[in-house]
Order: sequence, then structure tokens, then C-alpha cells
Amino acid sequence: MPAIPSHVPEPSRTDPALIRNFCIIAHIDHGKSTLADRMLQLTGVVEQRQMRAQYLDRMDIERERGITIKSQAVRLPWAPTHDKNSTHILNMIDTPGHVDFTYEVSRSLAACEGTILLVDAAQGIEAQTLANLYLAMENDLTIIPVLNKIDLPAAQPEKFAEELANLVGCDPDDVLKVSAKTGLGVEALLDKVVAEIPAPVGVKDAPARAMIFDSVYDSYRGVVTYVRVIDGQLNKRERIRMMSTGATHELLEIGTNSPEMLPADGLGVGEVGYLITGVKDVRQSKVGDTVTSQHKGAQEALGGYKDPKPMVFSGLYPLDGSDYPELREALDKLQLNDAALVYEPETSAALGFGFRVGFLGLLHLDVIRERLEREFGLDLIATAPNVVYRVVMEDGSEHTVTNPSEFPEGKIDEVYEPVVRATILAPSEFIGSIMELCQTRRGVLLGMDYLSEDRVEIRYTLPLAEIVFDFFDQLKSKTRGYASLDYEPTGEQTSSLVKVDILLHGDKVDAFSAITHKDQAYAYGVRLVAKLKELIPRQAFEVPVQAAIGSRVIARETIRAIRKDVLAKCYGGDISRKRKLLEKQKEGKKRMKMVGSVEVPQEAFIAVLSSDDSAGSGKGKK
Amino acid sequence: MPSALPDGEPVPADGALPASALAGAAGRPLGFYLHVPYCATRCGYCDFNTYTATELRGSGGVLASRDNYAETLADEVRLARKALGDDPREVRTVFVGGGTPTLLAADDLVRMLGAIREEFGLAPDAEVTTEANPESVDPAYLAALRAGGFNRISFGMQSARRHVLKVLDRTHTPGRPEACVAEARAAGFEHVNLDLIYGTPGESDDDWRASLDAAIGAGPDHVSAYALIVEEGTQLARRIRRGEVPMTDDDVHADRYLIAEETLSAAGFDWYEVSNWATSDAGRCLHNELYWRGADWWGAGPGAHSHVGGVRWWNVKHPGAYAAALAEGRSPGAGREVLSDEDRRVERILLELRLREGVPLSLLKEDGLAASRRALADGLLQERPYEEGRAVLTLRGRLLADAVVRDLVD
Repeated sequence: MPAIPSHVPEPSRTDPALIRNFCIIAHIDHGKSTLADRMLQLTGVVEQRQMRAQYLDRMDIERERGITIKSQAVRLPWAPTHDKNSTHILNMIDTPGHVDFTYEVSRSLAACEGTILLVDAAQGIEAQTLANLYLAMENDLTIIPVLNKIDLPAAQPEKFAEELANLVGCDPDDVLKVSAKTGLGVEALLDKVVAEIPAPVGVKDAPARAMIFDSVYDSYRGVVTYVRVIDGQLNKRERIRMMSTGATHELLEIGTNSPEMLPADGLGVGEVGYLITGVKDVRQSKVGDTVTSQHKGAQEALGGYKDPKPMVFSGLYPLDGSDYPELREALDKLQLNDAALVYEPETSAALGFGFRVGFLGLLHLDVIRERLEREFGLDLIATAPNVVYRVVMEDGSEHTVTNPSEFPEGKIDEVYEPVVRATILAPSEFIGSIMELCQTRRGVLLGMDYLSEDRVEIRYTLPLAEIVFDFFDQLKSKTRGYASLDYEPTGEQTSSLVKVDILLHGDKVDAFSAITHKDQAYAYGVRLVAKLKELIPRQAFEVPVQAAIGSRVIARETIRAIRKDVLAKCYGGDISRKRKLLEKQKEGKKRMKMVGSVEVPQEAFIAVLSSDDSAGSGKGKK
Repeated sequence: MPSALPDGEPVPADGALPASALAGAAGRPLGFYLHVPYCATRCGYCDFNTYTATELRGSGGVLASRDNYAETLADEVRLARKALGDDPREVRTVFVGGGTPTLLAADDLVRMLGAIREEFGLAPDAEVTTEANPESVDPAYLAALRAGGFNRISFGMQSARRHVLKVLDRTHTPGRPEACVAEARAAGFEHVNLDLIYGTPGESDDDWRASLDAAIGAGPDHVSAYALIVEEGTQLARRIRRGEVPMTDDDVHADRYLIAEETLSAAGFDWYEVSNWATSDAGRCLHNELYWRGADWWGAGPGAHSHVGGVRWWNVKHPGAYAAALAEGRSPGAGREVLSDEDRRVERILLELRLREGVPLSLLKEDGLAASRRALADGLLQERPYEEGRAVLTLRGRLLADAVVRDLVD
């Protein structure tokens, strides 16, 4: 095992020339966490026996899904192989790996001077990795292309080295080939980080300016804020100021991670570490914000700060109405650690009390929903996700619609919907089906490039509403799982959008209202009405099920009245069974939701709202 | 009697009842149900507790056979005597069901009845019924039953159509049940019932009308008409699942029921329970009314259910296990439940609402009362009796009885 390097520079007293700040850009499953683990081992910060797989991913869900949601930074001492006496400090900044967290990724990148572009040698680069690579290039980071898993039988290092070389603009021979699993090539990679990534440059005597690139709530310590010092120095026990809000806090602790938190005297130019101020909510310590000293602090913040903006909304309702307070508490808790999570109470005539929750995107929604169900033991009904619409009325007034049922009535001048620039990478044999899918989703082709002879990058402008529901599932199924998708919001467009309402026995079911393109409204109406006819049991009276745009009915089915509901025989031996059946039926009745006078089983809501149900049709639903 | 037994607490070995069950017993009629768990063949739709083997062995090698069955059952009647202690009641009704009771010799049925007469005494006007298979009786058999004290007989006719009988696996020929009615009358039976089934896959409205006409023409004073229930685990359920025969739609059942009501009432029959019609009050089946009015009855035989004063229990199902328990002097009871006051209230509603006399509104709580007003407004309850304080189903209400019960028990 590696010897611990000698003369390790201490935090706050480290010469910036010896510092290398880098991150790893990689797709899910391409081995980023394994590589990070190997680096922790090789640099001796984690002893072999303490090592557990994927040390840096803390949350269970992350570990299970093999994804990293929250980034962290680790200070690694490394003496290059050719010069064992000059111990450098490598700060490895872990980046979130998914499309929804582009802003967080961009802040992580902004804390680095270089990045390792890690790609699976059996699979090649994926869309999200490519998007992050472009982001890194925009940030002028030095890029070290690396192929991982070269020990796999299916690895095609030559092919993918060529691909990476084309993207990065280097020679295929410069692409490092490693196996994070066996450790092969990892030392050479660390040497290369020292050799190629520039040392940070900052003004030592200037007022302190540190950029927050992550902020994590810890139930014991409060909020732990991860920063990269750009100029000056932050010292323990001084008072600091958050430049976006002007709020000041006492610095209770400052330090570095190796990988556990280790208090230090301070952090100097180019250094990366953590701050603890005692705040309890990550929104008081926002990613992208600048931290400075309260006394003689900086006047100008670092650039690039943005408030997180939710793009996708969904109504979350407890299956059992009495769980509403638990749901509120759970959301409060999650929000402590998630500045992008927004929610407000809402009431649905059909689903009762719940919350309209805003998310950065689909994965964010999935992760939050899953954590609510798993960590807090809640059973939830989630309405189909929708985007935010801006509706301008003829009288000039404007509405922001985050819930389709609140789409304004009356004379509408224009409706604006958010659009995204989507990048899809896939084997070239699937070009036809991908284009067909994007076309049905109102996409506009922006361009297409071959990454290698049989892999293409296709770019489309798509309404966000068209991809929030089941686009990714459809894309995966049409490409046998080979396609990868990335998207970034690019603004909004006006569209011919209408609200389709679903009426049961004349009563609107708010949870089923949807905003669709007018060409897709009919199909949506017909499909939903047919589905509901199937799912809602016959009632004592005839129930018309209608889809309507305003007062115009576009689809109709009728649930016939039930005519027979009686057991023919009820003799001595049937009585106990019959009473127990009655008790069971009463239980079932309790789980019915009343829509006007119609009893709708909860299963019907779940079936209509869940995305699994829509496979195969996949048109115009929100 | 459906095949699956409920869950419950164990029955004491001596079959003793809690004191609460016997309180006030003198004011309630007492009946006996005697189960005969044998059939020549099993019908495809049947999930009753019945066996086609003539001999079944229980634990410890106890043999339960058709030949000694009457004796085994008489043992349970004697155990009932002990369990009911000094209960002074004579027995008002006896009903022998199955299975196929008439697979046993007429003497056996008479001997079973004799055990009751001996241990409890029969009321002078006692109703004594047996079910009978049209193929397994003849005038001599019927005469023997009548002489032995039986005064009511119920024939499983099911349908007058050969193709319908075939789907049901019934082996008798069309016409035979009607002939049985005449033979029973000749033998001196006062009350005769025909059982009919409607909604069998492949049956048409006209087939059903023909069956009703044939039944009425034979001159019984009682007709039972049941919608075919496809029970899980039966041969018929499997055939439907495999698509060999079609499942009958609930709406078709509703239509057939309306045909039955129309045809039977035109012929002078009045409904007195959802599935039962009689030509007069005297023609009603008193024994079945015990079930519907929460009276007491002891069910003897494998899988038989009993009820005494708010305690329901049921016997082990297998004839071998049943015989073995009695051979050791133990109760064959497999489980029981002691009903709470609320259970008994709910049972009264769900049972009595099926009757022509309906449920007293005084049994309902506030929500149930509100629901009854809605049911009245929806035309499911009759107006006149409602004004007099009773919830009585209309014709449409009879078809939706279970739905009405679900609301009324609130």
C-alpha cells in the first residue's frame, strides 16, 4: 500500500502552486465513484480496511441507483512518482451526474481548473457527459480524457479513444487508459493531474472571496457549506458574510475533508474546504453565492450566481388524508438540504389536501418522491408532472400557471411554454426512430453530428412539456436502451395550447386536467375517457365521462348503471363469510374518493396518473 | 354451504357453549340442519362440501362411510343434546341437505330424524325437509320418507333444458323433476320445492322462461331461483378461465331475475326472500327463515355451520376427521366466533333486508338512516312500509340488495 507522503502542506498554509483542483465528469455507471475510491486509497487518506465501495456517495438512494446527487470535496496529498519530495494537494470535487443539476455542476466546475473526462471503454461517451464536457470547455478547464474499465472483455479502447480525441481535440494516444476497479493506470492519472492541470491563481492579500459550490444539511452539524477560496483567506472564528443576502454568520468551524471533516485554522487562495456556521437551512447558504469576511470584506461578488428555478411541477397527495401533516414535515426536512425544492399547499377536490411541488427536472422529482416514500414511509399519489405556463390574456393581464386546473378561463391572447435544447446520443441505426419520436413531440431539429462512424449526436428544440412525462422511457425503448439524453432550458415559445378537463357526471376532476397542444387534445381526451370508463366501477346511476375544452365536449363515454349487486344465496353457512365480505367492502369504500356523487377508486387515480400506464400511447399528456 | 371455512377461535372439546348463547333461548325457535356430504358425481359449478367416494378414512383409521353415516351423525345429535343442557325446546324444523341426501337409504334419513326426535322431541307442526336428487328417488323411496316423518321435499331441477343441464353437469333428464313433484304429492308430501338456476353459460332468455314454465306446471308450492355463482376453484371457473364457456354478464342475470319475478308472480307465487317464492305463507320454508331471522339451529355433519344465541361455529370439513372426532367423543367443531352486539346488528340488517318484511328502521344508526332516505328516493325501498318504519326492498332494490346493505349498516 502507498506510503503516506512526507511534508504534507497544511490548510491555510499551502502554496497555491502546489494545489490542483479538479473534478471528474462521467456518466452514471462509468466508474466515477470507483475511481474516486481508488484515489482515496492510493493517496492514503482512507486505509484499506476502512474502504467501503463508493465511499463518497452517502445516501442510500444514490448508492442504489449508482448516481451522485450531492457533491463533496476531498483533499488528497500526492507526491508525483517522479518527484517523491514535492507533495501536492489535489482537491477532488465530486460533481452531480445528472441533467437536472446542471447549475450545481457548473458551480462545481467553476471551482476547478481541470477535469478528468471519464468514459466507459465499452460504451463510449453519453449525452450528459458530453453536455458537462461542453460546460467544462466553456469554463476553460484543462481536460484529461480517460477511458475506464479497459479490463472488460467488451472494451473497445481504440474506438472510443478516437471518439474522445475528436471531442477534446487531442491525439488518441493522449487518452489515458485505466481500470478503476483494479487500480491499473490510476497512479499515472494522478501524476497527470499534477502535471497538466494549472495551479489556482488568486490575490493573496485581497479581501476574502470564496465561492460556494455545495451546501449540505447534516442533522448533527447543521448546514455544511463547501467552498473554493478564490482570493484572500478565511480564518476560523471570524464572522463571514453571504454576499447575495448580506446575512452574516460566525464561522464555528472551517476545515478540509480527507474524507471526514478535519478542522483547520483557515483556508487560503486556491484551497477547497468546508465551513460550518450553525445555520439550519441550505437556502441560507446557496450554491453559487460568494462568502467574504464581515470585516473589510469584498465589495464585489464572484460572477455566476443564480437562484435555482423549478421547471417541473407535480401535485403530491398522501394516499391517506390523515398523513398530510407527515407529508408537510417530510418536505420541510428535505428542503433543509435542497435549495431547489419548492412547495406550497394545494387542495384538490378529487385528491384532498396536498402540495404543489416544484422540481429542477424529472430526476429531481423521482428522487424526492422516492425519498418521501422510502425515508418517511409515506404513500403518495402524484399528479402527472407539468411545466410552468405563462398565459397572457387579451386584456393584457398575465397568469403564471403551475397547476393545469388553474389555467385561466376567458379570452386568452398567448400561451408561452418553456422549451429546451435536447441533445441525444445514440447509435446511428436509431436516427429514424429518434427523429420520429421528436417529431411527434413537436420537436424542431437543430442539427446532427457523427461522433464516430456509428454514433451520432442529434440536437432538437423541444417543448419541456413534451419530455417531462415519458419521453425518456420512449426514447430508451425505441433505441433498445442505447440512447442517452441531455437537455437544458433555452427559453419559452408561444404555442396553441388548450386545457382539457375531464368531467365525471358533470363534475370536473381537477387532478385529470391537462394542458396539451390543440392537435393532441382530442387524442388525450379520448384516451383518458376510455381509461376511466374501464377503471371506475359501475355506480347505482349512469355516469357520463367526458373530456372537454372549455364548454366544448370532445370525447364521451358512459359508465352504465349497475343493475345487479346481490348474492343469490345466503343460508346458514354463508352468513359469517358474508359479514366478513361486507366488512372488507366497507374498507374498500373508505378508500374511494368521492368526485361529486361518483365513487372513484384510488387505483383509478394512480393508474391514470402513473406513467407506466401510458406506455404505447405516449401522446400529448402532461 | 360454501366450501371455505372462516377463521375463528377454537371450539371446546365438549362443544360447550358460553352461557350468553343459551340466555333467552326458550323464546327462539330451534332447528336442525343435517349435512350429507356425498354425491354420485361432482357437478362442475358446485363448491359445497361433498365427496364422491363411498368410504373416507379419518385419523386413527376411523372409517367414515355412507353406510354408517347416519349413525355417526346421530352421535353429533347426542353431543348437541349435552351441549344444550337443559334447553327445553322442541325442534321446529329439520332440513337435510348436501351433497345428495337421497344417495343414502331412506331408512338412514329417517334414522337421523329419529335421533333428533329421541333427544329433543319434534314440535307437532315441525317442518321436516330433505333435498332430493330427481334421479335418486322413486315412489317407494318417497313413501318411506313420508312415513318416517318428512313432510317437505326440495328437488334440484336447475333447468328444463338439456344443454343447460349439461353445462351444469346435471345428470337427470328434462321432465324428471316435474315427475318427481307428482310422485311426492302422491306420497303425501304437503310442501314441494323446485330449485332453479339461471344465468348458466349458454342459457337464453327463452331457455329460462321454458324452465320457469316447466317448474310452475309441475305444481310445487315453492320455487327457489338462484343466479349461477361461479365459485373459485370449481371446474366451471376453470372452463370459463380457459374460454371454453362464456361468463354470464351481470346485466343478463338482472334480466333473468326480472323474468323470474314476472313469470312466478303471474302464476301466483309471491317472493318472500330475494331468491325464494311461495304460493302461500304456509309454503314458505320455515327452516330457511330461521337463518334469516337470527334464530337458533344446530348444523350437524362435516363442514356444517351452527348458530345459537350469537355464537356461530362450524365443523371440520372432512368426513373422516368428522367421524374421528365423534368416535373419540369430541366435538367436531373446527372454529367459532362469538358475535358482538354490533356484529349481530349488522347481520340482522344484511339478512332481514333480503326478506319481504324487511328491516325495522329502528335498527339503523344516523348515517344508515340518511342512506335509507337516499335509497328510498332512488326507488330502492318501498314507500308504504318505509312510512311504517321498515326498510323493504323494491324489485330494483332486490337486485341491488348488497349495495343497499353496505349503506344501511353505516
